[in-house]
Amino acid sequence: MSKNNYFSSSVGKKQLMGITGLALCGFLFAHVSGNFLLFVGAKEYNMYSHALISNPFLVLAELGLVLFILIHMVQAFVLTRMNKEARPVKYAIKAKGEKATSLVSTYMWQQGVIILVFIALHLWTFKYGEVIYAEYDGVQVRDLFGLVVQVFQSPIYLAGYLLALLVLGLHLSHGFQSTFKTMGFNHPKYEPKLKLMGHSFAAYVALGFMVQPVYIYLFH
Amino acid sequence: MSENSKNMTIHLKLWKQDGPKSKGAFVSHTVKDVSPDMSFLELIDVVNSEFIKKDKRPVEFDHDCREGICGTCSMVINGEAHGPQKATTTCQLHMRSFCDGDTITVEPFRAKTFRVVRDLVVDRSSFDRIIQKGGFVSVNTGNAQDANNIPISKPDSDRSFSAAACIGCGACVAACKNASASLFVAAKITHLSLLPQGQLEHRQRALNMVDQMDKEGFGACTNTGACSLACPKEISLDSIALMNREYLKSSVKER
Repeated sequence: MSKNNYFSSSVGKKQLMGITGLALCGFLFAHVSGNFLLFVGAKEYNMYSHALISNPFLVLAELGLVLFILIHMVQAFVLTRMNKEARPVKYAIKAKGEKATSLVSTYMWQQGVIILVFIALHLWTFKYGEVIYAEYDGVQVRDLFGLVVQVFQSPIYLAGYLLALLVLGLHLSHGFQSTFKTMGFNHPKYEPKLKLMGHSFAAYVALGFMVQPVYIYLFH
Repeated sequence: MSENSKNMTIHLKLWKQDGPKSKGAFVSHTVKDVSPDMSFLELIDVVNSEFIKKDKRPVEFDHDCREGICGTCSMVINGEAHGPQKATTTCQLHMRSFCDGDTITVEPFRAKTFRVVRDLVVDRSSFDRIIQKGGFVSVNTGNAQDANNIPISKPDSDRSFSAAACIGCGACVAACKNASASLFVAAKITHLSLLPQGQLEHRQRALNMVDQMDKEGFGACTNTGACSLACPKEISLDSIALMNREYLKSSVKER
C-alpha cells in the first residue's frame, strides 16, 4: 500500500493553512489589544512599543510570524492553483438564488493578496519608517505615536488603510471559523457559537484597528 | 396542483459538444406550450423530439430512475447544479419553478475530472475509483445477523444514515468553486466510520479515499458550503469536518 503523505494531501495542506492562519489570528489579537494604548497617551504608547522593540526575544517572535505567513502564503498559492486547475472551463452563469454562497468565502485568496500588500506597506511605513525620538524620564525611545499622528494626517492614506482593514476583517470572519472545520472540529452544539466567535473576533480586530487611525485623524 | 397552471414558453440555451475533445457551444431553442407540471428532463425530451423531427442531433443527457434516487441526472441549470430548487435532483425539478418567457441556460457539470463525454453527459467514474479505495466494509458472508445484534447508538445511526443518503451525483463537485469532491468523499467516510461494521478499514479509509480524490485532480475544500446547498440529499458540511478529523487522526496514528 502506498504511503500517504500528509503534507502533500489537499486536507493536510488546508490544515497547515488553517493552523498558521489561526496562529496569525493570535498575533492580531495581541497587536490590536496592545495598540489600544494609543487612546491612553503618547507616553504609554511609546513606552509599550519601546518595551517590545528592546526585548531580545522579539526577533524570535518575528521570525515565527514570517514563517507562519510564508507557510500560509505558499499553501494558499499551491491550493489556489490546484483549485483553478480542477475547473478549466468556467460556467457561463453564476448561481444567484438559494444555492449561492457568500462572496467572502469565495474570494479568500484575492483578500489574501490585498492583505499581503497592506502588510508590506504597513511595515514600510511604521517598522521601517521614519525614526523620530522622544525622551521619557531620561530614556530615549522611538516616538511611534508621533509617526502615527504624522502618517494619518492624509485622508487618502486613512481611507486606504480602512479599506484594507475591512478586507482583513472579512478574511478573518470566514477564516477563523473555517479553520475549526478544516481541523475536524465540528459539533451542532458549538457550531453557532463558533460562528459567532469568528464574526466577533473579526469585528474586534478590524474595528479595533479602524478606530485607532480615525481617532488620530480626528483628534490629533 | 401547480401555482402556475398556464402553459409557458421557455427559451433554452443548451450546451452542445460532440465529444470530449471538441469545442462545445450553446444552442438556442425555444419550446412553446410547456406544461408547468412537466419535469425538467421531460422538457429536454420534448426538445429532443423536436430536434429529431428537424433531423438535428438530439442533446445527450444522463438520466435513469427519474425518481430522484439514482444520482444519474447531471445538469447545471442557470448556474446551479440540479437547478434552483434545494434538495432536488434535475429529474424532480418541475417547470413550475420557472416563469413564462424565461431563458434557461443548461450546462454540463464542469470539472477537470468530469470529462464531457457529449453535450450534458459527463464521465463520473472518478467517484467509482474513490469508492474502490475505501467506500466499503468487510462483512461476514452467510446468514444475516439477528436484528440489534450489533448495538449502534441512535445519534450515530442517524448521522450515518443521513450521510448514506448520498447518491453520488456529483452536484457537490459541480457547485464547488474549486470543483472539490470533499462532500462526496466525506459523506462516504461519515456513513461508514460511524458504524461498528466500518471499523475494520477505519484507519486506512480516510487516508486512501482522500489520496485518490487528490490523484483524480479535484480541488480542495474552502468551506464555502456551496456543495451542501446544491446537494439533492442535503448532506451536511459537518461530514467534511469529520473527514478532516479522520484524516488527521489516521495520518498521526497510521504506521
